[in-house]
Amino acid sequence: MNVQLAERPLATVFPGPATALAPSKTKITARDVNVFYGEKHAIKDLSVDIPDRSVMSFIGPSGCGKSTFLRCINRMNDTIPICRVTGKIEIDGQDIYDPQLDPVQLRARVGMVFQKANPFPKSIYDNVAYGPRIHGMARTGTDLDQIVSESLEKAGLWNEVKDRLGDSGTSLSGGQQQRLCIARAIAVSPEVVLMDEPCSALDPIATAKIEELIDELRTNFCIVIVTHSMQQAARVSQRTAFFHLGVLVEEGPTEQIFSVPHDRRTQDYITGRFG
Amino acid sequence: MNEHIVKSYDAEFSEIDRTTAQMGGLAETLLADAFAALERRDPALAEKAVVSDRAIDQLEHQLQERAIVMIAKRQPMANDLRHIMTVMKIAGDLERIGDLAKNIAKRAMAVSRESTPEPLMSGLRHMTELAQRQLKDVLDALSALSAEKALLVWRSDASLDALYNSVFRELLTYMMEDPRNIGLCTHLLFGAKNIERIGDHTTNIAENVYFLVTGSTIADDRPKSDDTSTIFISRPPQ
Repeated sequence: MNVQLAERPLATVFPGPATALAPSKTKITARDVNVFYGEKHAIKDLSVDIPDRSVMSFIGPSGCGKSTFLRCINRMNDTIPICRVTGKIEIDGQDIYDPQLDPVQLRARVGMVFQKANPFPKSIYDNVAYGPRIHGMARTGTDLDQIVSESLEKAGLWNEVKDRLGDSGTSLSGGQQQRLCIARAIAVSPEVVLMDEPCSALDPIATAKIEELIDELRTNFCIVIVTHSMQQAARVSQRTAFFHLGVLVEEGPTEQIFSVPHDRRTQDYITGRFG
Repeated sequence: MNEHIVKSYDAEFSEIDRTTAQMGGLAETLLADAFAALERRDPALAEKAVVSDRAIDQLEHQLQERAIVMIAKRQPMANDLRHIMTVMKIAGDLERIGDLAKNIAKRAMAVSRESTPEPLMSGLRHMTELAQRQLKDVLDALSALSAEKALLVWRSDASLDALYNSVFRELLTYMMEDPRNIGLCTHLLFGAKNIERIGDHTTNIAENVYFLVTGSTIADDRPKSDDTSTIFISRPPQ
């Protein structure tokens, strides 16, 4: 008897909200990316396509290069003198390492949220208004008010802070500060939002709020998130990439990576067997 | 398979594997005792079989509780998650096998005073032997984590179905020959059906072992040759 194996892609197993969106076009294309910190070869021949309007998570042990690669996407590594990036990274077909391109303009298109919430020591209002102001996005005060309220609303923080916009951003709780940073990042209408372990300093409730927020934001943005929580990657992302020792070992639909990973190293890592 | 960084996680897996193996062993003994009780018309042995089914039930409860705690505590991924889920399902099948074997033992008590013609028993004996081999092989496939062995068991169930078919027809013939056989033959017929169902549970287990090992399901329809449910029985000619 000839037994056929079920070759059904696991992404079709749960056709719920996480996978309901039609596959979107590629937003970010990386080809043969190598990153060196002085002598250290931090990323080796990395190529990946990151789709628009969805969440991709990067997972892997500490020092595997996931944050390094994330920082390549908005040229944050430019600020490190010994760091050298080769290969090609394109956003919508545009080479972001083109010498003609202004990194400041690029970072308006590619926002970033860090592990530790880092609001400016300014009012809640000014934290969000800062970017739109320096990029000249609001012609009038009313325009700016609207950008601030909309950004805070999208970040799920509006109701909690609308009566105290003049308070210092640092007076908020940790989870609120992180949502303020997300509001600040999206205030300049970026196309891509990079998040480097955005929940690692938050309690489970604040984490759930950020995860809910990420799920809402993905309808408008391309989101890339670095996380050490496998469960978080499984919950929030549509695609997952596993990094190990500077190599992108495996990339695929999140359901597949966490249920039937193809590479032994991925399986060992996600099941807690890595030596 | 590499060990987990957290050693107690491996210990928990060993624990649920051991419990499953224990359930498998008990189910094998129970089936052997139940049939021996039927064949030798030994009510004491039948009683023993009925009692030992309770141990299987208890182990299944124990295993389910442990599996739930493991899921809550460890949030297993990939092959670990498949491992826990399939072990739970396999335990469910073993528990059903225990129930079916127990039912044979109960029928053994019911017919213990009847004399059973040898030709009637030989079909059932043959069926039991096949079911026992399937059960043993699938438990071996589980402990060896062998998808190939599991596939062999899965395919072999067709012969048990075919044998059940012929036993069914044979018992019908006896009943038609002499209505005084109907009481005994009905018990034997249910016994045969139970053995056939045990075979079905071993193929369920085989499917789960296959999934555990490969991460894929067997896509083919299970080979079936039990057509007794569509046989029409006409009245014997007067």
